Amino acid sequence: MNPGIFTDTVLGRFGVLPVTSTMVTTLVTSALVLALAAGCALAIRLRPASRLAAAGRITTAFLGDLVTQAAGRSTPALESFAGTLFLFLAAATVVGALPGVAAPTSNLAATSALAAIVFLAVPFAGLRAAGPAYLKHYFRPNPILFPLHVISELSRTVALALRLFGNMMSGHLIVALIVALTGLFVPVPLMALDLLIGFLQSYIFTILACVYIGAALRVGGGE
Amino acid sequence: MTEHTLLALGAIVTAGFTMAIGALGAALGESRIGAAGLDALARQPDESASITRNQFVGLAMVESTAIFCLVIALVLLFANPFIGTP
Repeated sequence: MNPGIFTDTVLGRFGVLPVTSTMVTTLVTSALVLALAAGCALAIRLRPASRLAAAGRITTAFLGDLVTQAAGRSTPALESFAGTLFLFLAAATVVGALPGVAAPTSNLAATSALAAIVFLAVPFAGLRAAGPAYLKHYFRPNPILFPLHVISELSRTVALALRLFGNMMSGHLIVALIVALTGLFVPVPLMALDLLIGFLQSYIFTILACVYIGAALRVGGGE
Repeated sequence: MTEHTLLALGAIVTAGFTMAIGALGAALGESRIGAAGLDALARQPDESASITRNQFVGLAMVESTAIFCLVIALVLLFANPFIGTP
């Protein structure tokens, strides 16, 4: 028996590239977030008193607070990066609650890709803030510790990917198990808990990305 | 007992122990976080928003160790590289 936890169904082929269900749900989720954001931007410009405009303003203020708190200071570039991550992850949780659709983040490849983006963004932010002097921090306080710096960056990337994947996947697995064992409407409270955990994990993923990138920026800040 | 049965037996038993011990550690850690959070809330009710937020972040971080154990248990059961399909 294999419940398909680590695999992905291939829906079709685009040339040599297999198109999996995760790719489709990821693209649809991104399109939904983009459409909603464009709607909010349009509403703020055209009807500043409407509910959609208020929702957009509240969301940006929330994300700004989150970044300022996690990274130690206000950084507009990091705000858009963290906002993209958080909104995509939150939308993925909501999409995963729809019947017959698995959340894109309940696939290990998708979460690994997100974690890899964070992994690459850390040295990018450091190099942009401090130039080549950023690389010196890998050899502080002692050059012997260089391997440990590299291992810590790699292991926290793996932890980011596995944490998100495990939480999202286990929620679906538990709901599937309860449905198989009991009846149709028994797992509804568990599905609500799944939504809560999904939002919490999106928040944590975003906060951790902000903390890592904020630390790289502070190295660049010359502290 | 063939070699395949033996490997499957080992994988199942290990998966069970992985989950049991992993959940034990996470439960102990989370109970400490919960107790400390309630203590802080009782001392400073005005800071409840910040305390609750940080508490939830800590809880999810600690819970991730149990989630790692779950992933490893599931790898042992469903994606074990040493047990080929018979």
